[in-house]
Amino acid sequence: MGMTMSQKILAEHSGLTSVKAGDIIMARLDMVLGNDITAPVAVKEYAKMGCPSVFDREKIALVMDHFTPNKDIKAAEQCKIVREFARENGIVNFFDVGEVGVEHALLPEKGLVGSGDLVIGADSHTCTYGALGAFSTGVGSTDMAYAMATGKAWFKVPSAIKFVLRNKPRKWVSGKDVILHIIGKIGVNGAQYKSMEFTGEGVAHLSMDDRFTIANMAIEAGAKNGIFEVDEKTIEYEKANSRGNTKVYKADPDAEYDEVYEIDLSAIRPTVAFPHLPENTRTIDEVGEVKIDQVVIGSCTNGRLEDLEIAAAILKGRSVHKDCRVLIIPATQKIYLEAMEKGLLKIFVEAGCAVSTPTCGPCLGGHMGILAKGERAVATTNRNFVGRMGHTESEVYLASPAVAAASAVAGKIASPEEV
Amino acid sequence: MIAKGKVIKYGNNVDTDVIIPARHLNTTNEKDLALHCMEDLDKSFPDRVKAGHKIIVAGRNFGCGSSREHAPLAIKASGIACVIASDFARIFYRNSINIGLPIVECPEAAETIEDGDEVEVHFDLGVIKNLTKSAEYKMTPFPPFLQAIISAGGLLAAAERKLLEG
Ligand code: SF4
Repeated sequence: MGMTMSQKILAEHSGLTSVKAGDIIMARLDMVLGNDITAPVAVKEYAKMGCPSVFDREKIALVMDHFTPNKDIKAAEQCKIVREFARENGIVNFFDVGEVGVEHALLPEKGLVGSGDLVIGADSHTCTYGALGAFSTGVGSTDMAYAMATGKAWFKVPSAIKFVLRNKPRKWVSGKDVILHIIGKIGVNGAQYKSMEFTGEGVAHLSMDDRFTIANMAIEAGAKNGIFEVDEKTIEYEKANSRGNTKVYKADPDAEYDEVYEIDLSAIRPTVAFPHLPENTRTIDEVGEVKIDQVVIGSCTNGRLEDLEIAAAILKGRSVHKDCRVLIIPATQKIYLEAMEKGLLKIFVEAGCAVSTPTCGPCLGGHMGILAKGERAVATTNRNFVGRMGHTESEVYLASPAVAAASAVAGKIASPEEV
Repeated sequence: MIAKGKVIKYGNNVDTDVIIPARHLNTTNEKDLALHCMEDLDKSFPDRVKAGHKIIVAGRNFGCGSSREHAPLAIKASGIACVIASDFARIFYRNSINIGLPIVECPEAAETIEDGDEVEVHFDLGVIKNLTKSAEYKMTPFPPFLQAIISAGGLLAAAERKLLEG
């Protein structure tokens, strides 16, 4: 029987000629990731194992991005545990303040993850790297500890849903609208335990940044991973980001899928997810009057250069609405620098936005922009659960950078077509 | 192995942000985490667990959201003996197995069991007994590989005993 893209990568990494959905396998990993929330737990567990050394000093990435720059004493202590662990074990890819970026924007940019790789991360949005044609998935800290010791993880081989993308998205429609549209269609557990495989001629019309956004939110449909077919753009991206050898895994023509969806990209409208689930989507034409208090543009979903460029195009020469606070958070130092060189940061500041150093910050209600009771935010992040960004009676509306920027100007959820 | 207690019932899509809000993730101490378990969803949670409600029963997609292992840890440290749900979000599922929090997927039980029912989960027999309603539900058994991890007491314990070579 044929295999899906995801199954092929899993088979290859477990030394098997073929695997099928439901098999439990032990597989070799190309990269193991943890952050300042999950790595301290893993470090504690790892210490209990009494291992003489980590499996590979270069294949572990430790990224201090969530509560950094340290928001309080406890957070500082957490980072310190990881910093000391990194030093003692000679971890090559340890990223601290000044160099750090939001992990899922940082690792691809540094060429640490790439096509054909098998990656686990103690962070649910590790599925982001599927944009490059990697099998990557989020796990917990115990998995991370085990992986740091052995370079391996157990997997239950997933079945898959295929999304055949057609045509070209219209102006102001980006990867965020595509994935929100899909989650609205299949629901927050529509792809539970499964792979979401993206293919079709429409893929060529999506930039790498669009693909990162889409793969990033596969978990929001419950998926184990999201993965894109590798094409010219992937190869170009990998070349530009110090990663020469693009490894291509194509699904077999007779691969079995639980479901196949055809998605007409040209029919998708700018889309917003209402509180408190990413599946509560409405097109921009259906949102009605929703006044907002804050806008956040950033995160591993939409804090990349293209996202900032779109936001800047809308905010240029305009001012943020007087009742609205706007936070712009470039996802990595490289993006920050590029945004500076292109003059985007100037546009933001002149429009009345606050620009922050890279951090997860408000995305998980950590720091840098917490919401008070009754406040509403439009965010380019990926989750709008109860209390995600602050008070349990605050509300988060998920949207693209274009919608977020337009809303910042209007002081209510607005279409980029209007401003 | 048997888990026994009264039931606390929740709905669908209980996410890890309500199980343990991110603002409390600046610690890895299980007891500290347990203090805040479910506080955004159910303020009465700690008191009810103390009063013998040791089984959580929930609907679909329990544990969705972030990969934080703090979530099953907080539940376990609160004194919960077992979580029964229609199904679990996958990272939560694997985290629970890896840290040794017993979890059971059983849509029928999840639907029929009500808040306050007295329930016994017989892991070896693969049945859930509802003592209040005198009903029994069959649960899906774990595959042998996962059984090995659970009976060893978690992933790392299983690794120590070299149960997972391959
Ligand atoms: S930006 Fe948000 S979703 Fe992404 S890794 Fe950070 S906290 Fe998680």
